[in-house]
Amino acid sequence: MFIPRLSRVAFWLAQELSRGKCPSQAISGYVQRPFSQFMQCQVGHRMENNMFHASIMQKNCLYSTTFSNDASGEEAEQKQKISVTFVDKDEEEKHIKVPIGMSMLEAAHENDIELEGACEGSLACSTCHVIVMNMEYYNKLEDPSDEENDMLDLAFGLTETSRLGCQVIAKPELEGIRLAIPVATRNFAVDGYVPKPH
Amino acid sequence: MAIYGSVRRFWRSFSTFSSDPLRVCIVGSGPAGFYTAEKVLKAQEGAQVDIVDRLPTPFGLVRSGVAPDHPETKIVVNQFTRVAQNGRCSFLGNVNLGSAVSLPELRELYHVVVLAYGAESDRTLGIPGEDFYGIHSAREFVWWYNGHPDYRNFNPDLTNTHTAVILGQGNVALDVARILLRPTNELATTDIAEHALAALRSSSIRKVYLIGRRGPAQAACTAKELREILGIKDLQIHIQESDLLKSPADEEELKNSRIQRRVYDLLSKAASAKDLHSKLDHRELHFTFFHKPDRFLESDDRSEHVSGVHLEKTRLIGDESGRQVAVGTEEFEDVKCEMVLKSIGYKSIPAKGLPFDHQRGIIPNIRGRVVSETSGDSALPEQGLYVCGWLKRGPTGIIGTNLYCAEETVSSISEDLQKGLLQPTTRKSGRDGLLQLLDDRNVRVVSFREWEKIDSEERRLGSLRNKPREKLASWDELQRACWG
Repeated sequence: MFIPRLSRVAFWLAQELSRGKCPSQAISGYVQRPFSQFMQCQVGHRMENNMFHASIMQKNCLYSTTFSNDASGEEAEQKQKISVTFVDKDEEEKHIKVPIGMSMLEAAHENDIELEGACEGSLACSTCHVIVMNMEYYNKLEDPSDEENDMLDLAFGLTETSRLGCQVIAKPELEGIRLAIPVATRNFAVDGYVPKPH
Repeated sequence: MAIYGSVRRFWRSFSTFSSDPLRVCIVGSGPAGFYTAEKVLKAQEGAQVDIVDRLPTPFGLVRSGVAPDHPETKIVVNQFTRVAQNGRCSFLGNVNLGSAVSLPELRELYHVVVLAYGAESDRTLGIPGEDFYGIHSAREFVWWYNGHPDYRNFNPDLTNTHTAVILGQGNVALDVARILLRPTNELATTDIAEHALAALRSSSIRKVYLIGRRGPAQAACTAKELREILGIKDLQIHIQESDLLKSPADEEELKNSRIQRRVYDLLSKAASAKDLHSKLDHRELHFTFFHKPDRFLESDDRSEHVSGVHLEKTRLIGDESGRQVAVGTEEFEDVKCEMVLKSIGYKSIPAKGLPFDHQRGIIPNIRGRVVSETSGDSALPEQGLYVCGWLKRGPTGIIGTNLYCAEETVSSISEDLQKGLLQPTTRKSGRDGLLQLLDDRNVRVVSFREWEKIDSEERRLGSLRNKPREKLASWDELQRACWG
């Protein structure tokens, strides 16, 4: 299951590298580091096959990354974040900054946004379903993998621009992306019962 | 939604001022129970939530239903563990509704009781021979390989079996087929019960049939599960290409359902794939569409033991709702087999003293409110009694479905509180009262702490075998692990 994701990460890295962002360049330090660490986490997670430690490990790996103390450090930190707007179930907007390389699921949790994440980003559920509110941004994302599509099949209120929050990874092109958290629309009422208006 | 938000805020402030907290008891600690607990804790500030379960272990089907080779699906227990560790929440294991405590007693002790005990029984076919040896429900088989303590001694005979027939083509059917067909060295590193692994290692099953009444356009499984089974090493897949022909009604159905379309595509891809391996020890999986069981055949050598299934060919006709249903064609054929697993649906067990809809296998309810009378318009709600999960909507859906299901039930609770239909101001003894009552009856409760002892013992045993955990699969072992 992790192989396709790994290869996608590798693909992304390759893309970034081909654009001239190689690790020797100062600018790439912050781009590379969280990402490669993220990758290690994923591998570690699978190898160990220990789901209980996975989340903790993943968190530690991602957030223990410290940036260099030199003058450009702060500037770099500023640069590496993109603005993302979440529109929650009550249609309230929340504007957050998301570091490049972080998934929207983690970003939501970091910012106390109520986005479910039952499987903690391991592509085994569809609870972090988000709707990309603008087709233009949707098209900037890589196509969902078969595995993601398998999960999207089961998402409530699926739309043309639905994705799993754990698979949308912040990258510079996504600056300004708006994501809606779908409202549960399914009605479990007994068949034939018409609710009386309050 | 905005109104609901303000209602929620209103009740939060209300319950903060009220001296006695709202006491909620949830029966069943599976996904429906835990999601309900999480949402009650969030919606009702100050509420005390107790989750009781008849087993010493929490998490219901996440533990005993989800296949051992799906560890990612089980990660949700992290979230449930956080709920259980909330200071306002308690897990009380080893408490059986009915024998340890009755429903009227629970309703006396708590302001709100939510029944979320799921579906622990099976639908039956009602055809001749269903009681023969060698015929089991898929649920029993699943509980066995997942180490459910009630099925420790289930021991299906896999060594005298060459062919197994699975009736049904949903995800449970696919899980069961995969466990039977997957190389055991791949299962050995999962949390599969050791007794099941040993039996599967010596299994002589080489051929499995998955039999469905309808066609590939109506298959009830999901793409993930299907993709997984089609990818098993050294497994020959058999699908009749003629079954893949689509009628205009099929086309219409596929057009309207993304999931059915994707499942159909996978099946047709598998049907046309050239078989590259013809190993001596190969295993076969046959997808048999458009057939339904008519009766079971009895073995000549072993009395009352199944030796095959007499199948009737079906065709599809549209019913009044536009759904395509299978009807018999009076053409019959036999499939020989030594084992049958019926995967035709789970069924809830009725709660004593409550009405039950046997047709749908649910407790009649309106948006999670249990109603005692459903004739005409006069649906009478049972005060303070709610339902969630399979018991509320029937045994379908995935873990995440319970999230929305719980949301609905909990918003019904919040609405009823707001309307004054519940009396949170009446003092209820809740957990203390329940513990006292159980103590008087010599029922020993398993706390979440004690479950954590079981949990760490299972992990310790698992690490010795390179497994994430080795489940303690008998009541004795479970009790020893938590009480020493």
